[in-house]
Amino acid sequence: MSVITPTPGRTARPSRPARTSRRAGTGGLAAALLSPTLLVLGLVIGYPVVAALRLSFQVSSEGIDPSTGFVSTTTHYGFGNYAAVFADERLLRAWWNTTSFTLASVTLEVLIGVLMALVMHRAFRGRAFVRAAILVPWAIPTAISGILWKWIFNSQGVANALLDTQVLWSSDGFHAWLSVVVADTWKTAPFVALLVLAGLQIIPGELYEAARVDGASAWRSFWRITLPLVRPALVVAVLFRLLDVLRMFDLPYILVGPRKPSVETLSMAAFHEMNNLRFGSASAYAVVLFVYVAVVALAFVKLFGADLLGRGTRSEP
Amino acid sequence: MSTLLLTRSARRGATGGRRGATWARRLGIAAVVAYCLAPFYWMLVSSLRRPADQFSNAPLPAPVSFDNYMSAFDPHNGFGRALVNSLIVAGITTAVTLVVGIFAGYALARLHFRGKTLILTLIIAASMFPPIILVVPLLRLFTDIAWINTYQAMIIPSMSFALPLAVWNLTAFFRQMPTELEKAAQVDGCTPAQAFRKVMLPLAAPGVFTTAILVFILSWNEFLIAVSVVNEPQKMTANVILSLFTGAYKYDQPFGTQMAAGVVVTLPLVVAVLFFQRRIVDGLTAGGLK
Amino acid sequence: MSSLRIVLGVGRTPSGHRGTGRRRAAAALAAVVCASVLAGCGDSGSNESKGGPEKSNDRGPITLASGKDTTGTVQGQLDRWNKQHPDEKVTLVELPESADQQRQQFIQNAQTKSDAYTVLNLDPIWVAEFAANQWIDELPAKEFPLDKMIPAVVKTGNYYGKQYGIPFNTNAGLLFYRTDLLDKIGAKPPTTWAEMKQDCEKVRKLPEGKGIGCYAGQFDKYEGLTVNFSEAVASAGGNVVDAKGKATVDTEAAKKGLQFLVDGFKDGTIPKQAATYQEEDGRRAFQAGKLLFHRQWPYQWTLAGAKDGSSKVAGKFGVATLPGLAGPGRSSLGGLDLAISKFAKNKATALDFIKFFSNEENARTNLKVTSAAPPYAALYDDPALRKQFPYLATLKDSLATATPRPVVVKYGDATAAIQESTSAALSGSKPVDAALADMQRNLSAAIAEK
Repeated sequence: MSVITPTPGRTARPSRPARTSRRAGTGGLAAALLSPTLLVLGLVIGYPVVAALRLSFQVSSEGIDPSTGFVSTTTHYGFGNYAAVFADERLLRAWWNTTSFTLASVTLEVLIGVLMALVMHRAFRGRAFVRAAILVPWAIPTAISGILWKWIFNSQGVANALLDTQVLWSSDGFHAWLSVVVADTWKTAPFVALLVLAGLQIIPGELYEAARVDGASAWRSFWRITLPLVRPALVVAVLFRLLDVLRMFDLPYILVGPRKPSVETLSMAAFHEMNNLRFGSASAYAVVLFVYVAVVALAFVKLFGADLLGRGTRSEP
Repeated sequence: MSTLLLTRSARRGATGGRRGATWARRLGIAAVVAYCLAPFYWMLVSSLRRPADQFSNAPLPAPVSFDNYMSAFDPHNGFGRALVNSLIVAGITTAVTLVVGIFAGYALARLHFRGKTLILTLIIAASMFPPIILVVPLLRLFTDIAWINTYQAMIIPSMSFALPLAVWNLTAFFRQMPTELEKAAQVDGCTPAQAFRKVMLPLAAPGVFTTAILVFILSWNEFLIAVSVVNEPQKMTANVILSLFTGAYKYDQPFGTQMAAGVVVTLPLVVAVLFFQRRIVDGLTAGGLK
Repeated sequence: MSSLRIVLGVGRTPSGHRGTGRRRAAAALAAVVCASVLAGCGDSGSNESKGGPEKSNDRGPITLASGKDTTGTVQGQLDRWNKQHPDEKVTLVELPESADQQRQQFIQNAQTKSDAYTVLNLDPIWVAEFAANQWIDELPAKEFPLDKMIPAVVKTGNYYGKQYGIPFNTNAGLLFYRTDLLDKIGAKPPTTWAEMKQDCEKVRKLPEGKGIGCYAGQFDKYEGLTVNFSEAVASAGGNVVDAKGKATVDTEAAKKGLQFLVDGFKDGTIPKQAATYQEEDGRRAFQAGKLLFHRQWPYQWTLAGAKDGSSKVAGKFGVATLPGLAGPGRSSLGGLDLAISKFAKNKATALDFIKFFSNEENARTNLKVTSAAPPYAALYDDPALRKQFPYLATLKDSLATATPRPVVVKYGDATAAIQESTSAALSGSKPVDAALADMQRNLSAAIAEK
C-alpha cells in the first residue's frame, strides 16, 4: 500500500475530537449535514416500521361465508398476536437457530476476516490478485451463491464426492445447519476483511517501526498496536455482521428450504406467517426480532464500541 | 503502549516485505485464496459445461461449452440491458450514499451537538428490522406517487439499506483522524470546507473507498425491492432478470445459465474494484500527503 | 430460485389518506379480507356480485402476468391477438420463475390493489385462496367450452360452485418404468404397490439389476411431497380432504397410503437419497439407470428418450398409470388456470382474451411446442399428436381419475401441515399413526376459521 509519511503538525496517535472555537452554529450545521440521511431512512424504513408495529397489535379472526365461500375478517386491537407467537414452540426454536447461526458465523467470520485483512495488508507480489480473490465471494449475489452451495451440498454433489460421504446435507438436522454456517462464513468473511483492511491502512507505519526498535515481537505488535487501532473498524464490521446474521433469511431458505426446524430463523418464521396472509402475527414476529436485534446490538456497542457513540470523552491511556 | 506511541523513528520502507515471505506465510496466503476461490471455481466450471452434463462432478468441463453464456445473453432475456440498469442503480446509489454518508459521518465524528448518541442509535436501528416487512408499505407508497418502474424507486430503498453501514463506518474513520491536521490547514487559511476536502478526505480515503465498495455491492445485489417496484423489462436490474431465467422445460432449474450469469455479474465488480483501488486509494493518499 | 421474496402486508398506515372514522367503521364492518391490510375498504366499483358475475364493458390494453415464455409460443399467440385487436393490446409481464415468487407478486399486487396485472396465469392450488379473498373475479362459465375439457381439470378453477379459473393447461403423474428389465423377468407394468415390490425383488436378482433403486417420487419437503402424499392416500382409496371440505387423514386408507411410503424407505424399496429428491433429482437418477420405477410428470418422456448420450435409458422405458393399494392408483393434478384480477381495468377485453388464449387451437400449439398437457379431452385422441407424444393415451387415463390437491383457502397452511407430518414419518422420527393424528389436527385447524 501507499506509505503515509509524517506530515507537519500530525501526531501519530488518534486524538480526541477537537473542541472547536466555532461552537455557535454547530447545531445548525450538524442538522443540515444529518438531515438527508435521516430523511431517507425515515421515508423508507421509519414509515413501514411504524405501520408494521401498528399491524402487530391488530388481531384478526377470519371466517368463511357458508354461501359464497368468501373470507370475512373481523379485527380488534390487542396483544393476541404476541400471545400466539409466544405460545408457539416455533418461536423458541427459531430464536435458537437465529442465535446459534449468529454465534457460529460471526465468530468464524471475524477470525477468517482478520486473517484475510492481515494477508492483504502485507506487501508481496501478486497482492492485487489476492485482494481480488478475497472480494469474489462477497460480490456474488446471495441468490446465486445459495444455488451454488445447494448444488455443492446436493446428495450427489461435489461435497459428498470430496468427503466420500453420503450425507443428505439439505434434508434437515445438524448437517443442514452446518451447511448454512459454511456458506454464510464463506460469503461474508470478505466483508469483515475489507473493513478491517481499511482500518489497517490508516495505521501509521512508523508505529511498527518504533515497536521493532523497542524489540517487540510481531505477535506483541499485533496485540499492542494493530488490534487496538483497528478496533473501531472491527467493531463496525462485527456490528453490521450481527445485524445481518440475526435477520438472515435468503441463505437457509434457498439452501435448505422453508419450515425446516433445524434452520428456520426468526425472519423465516415472519415470512411464513406473512406468506400465509397472517400479517398481524408476521408483524409480531418481526417486532420480536427487532427488539432482540436491538438488545444484542446495543449491548455489543456498549461493551466494545462505547467510543463510537461519540461522547467525545474517551480518555487516552 | 504509550512508549511505543510516543517514539518517533525514521521513515519506513515498504511494510515488512523486505525480510522475504516465509514459507508459512505463503502457505497461509495460498490457503486464503483457495478458500475464497474454490466455490467460485466450481461456479465457473459449472458455467462452462454443456447443459447436458450440467451435474457432472468432473473437476474440468469436458468439452468446454459456452452454451450457458449464450443463453444468458440470449436477446430475449435482455440481460445486457439489465446489467446497464444495475450499473445505473448501483452507481447512483453509491455516489449519493457516499455524499450523504460523508456529511453525516463528519457531523457525527467532528461536531458537538446534543442527541448524537440518539441519532447514531436511530440510524443503526434502521438496520434492525427484517426487510421483508418493508415491501408492501413501500410498494403502496411508490404506487401512490407514481414511482413504479422508475430508477429512483430502486435507488432510494437501496440507499436506505446501505446508509447505516456507510454512516457508522465513516464516523469511525473520521473520529480516528487527527484533528491537528484540520486545524493546521485552517491556520494556513483554508475554510473549514476546504480543510475537510483537501486534508480530511484524502486521509480517510481507505475508509471512503471501502465504504464505496461495500455500498456498491450491497445495491448491486439488491433484489427484494427491485423485483417488486419494477415490472417493465426495460427497467429490470440484472438480479431480477436472473430470477426470470428458466430452464429448457418446467422443472429444469437453469443451473448452468444462472452460474454463467453469476460469473458475468461478479467479475466486472472485481475488476472495477481492482482498477479503482489503485487509482483512488494509492493516488489520493500519495497526492494528498507526500 | 432465489430469494424468496415477499409479501408483507402491512396495514394501512397512520398517514393513510382516509379519515380515522371511516377507517374504524371499515374495520368494524370487515367485509373484505384483510380489510385492515388494504388501503381502505369500500373499494372502487363495488363488484360484490350476487348471483352471477358482473359484466364489464370496459375495453382497452391489458396485461398477462405469467411465468417466463421460454419458447416464444405465448408471444406468438399475443402477436396474433394484438394484430386483430389493435386497441386492446395484451402485454406479457413475465414473473420470476419460481411458483412461490409468482404467488408473492400476485399477492403484493392484490394487497396494493394494483392494476398492473389483468389476467393471471395461476397455479390451481391458489384458486381457492384468491377467490375467497376476492382478488379474482367470477367468470361466466357458460361462455367457455368447459364441456369439451376433462371434468377433473375444469374443477380446479371452481370454488363454491362458481368458476374463477379457466384451465390453460394441466398435468398428472405417470409411472415411468424400465421396459428392458421388466421384459427380462417377464412382467407387465405393475398396477399395485405389492406387484411393484415383487417386480423389484426379481429385477434385483438379475445381474444387470443389481443394487438398482426400486421406486422414487418427489419426497423432499416441498410442494412435491404434498403431491406424492396425496397420491398415495388417493391410491389407497382415501382422500386428504373430503367433498364437504373436511380433513380425512385419520382414516384407514390414509394410513395405508402413508405406510406404503414409510415402508418403502424402511425396507429399501425407495433409496435413501430420494428423501431430498425434487423432480430433477429423480429424473437424473432415472436417466442414469439407477431407478426401476419412477413417479414423474410427463415432461420426463422427451428427456429420458434423448439419444444424444445424456440418457442411459433411452428406448428402454415406458409409462403406465400410477399403481395403488388394490388396483390402479390416482394422480394429483397440476397445471395452470387463467383468472382475472379484481383490481384490473378493461375486464371485457380480458374475458375475450382468455377465451382466445385458452381455445383448443392454442392448446394444441402449446402441446406441440412446449408439450404442456391440454385441458381438451379430444386432443388426447388425435392420431397426429399421439404419434408425436406416445404417452398421451396413458396420460389421458391418469387424468381421468386424477384428483385435485385439497381445496383449502389457507392452502399454504394445509400443505405445510401435510409436508410436516409426512416428512417426520418418512424420516422415521414419528410413527405413522402419530404423524397422521398431527396432520389431521393441523389440517382441520387450517380449514376451520382462524
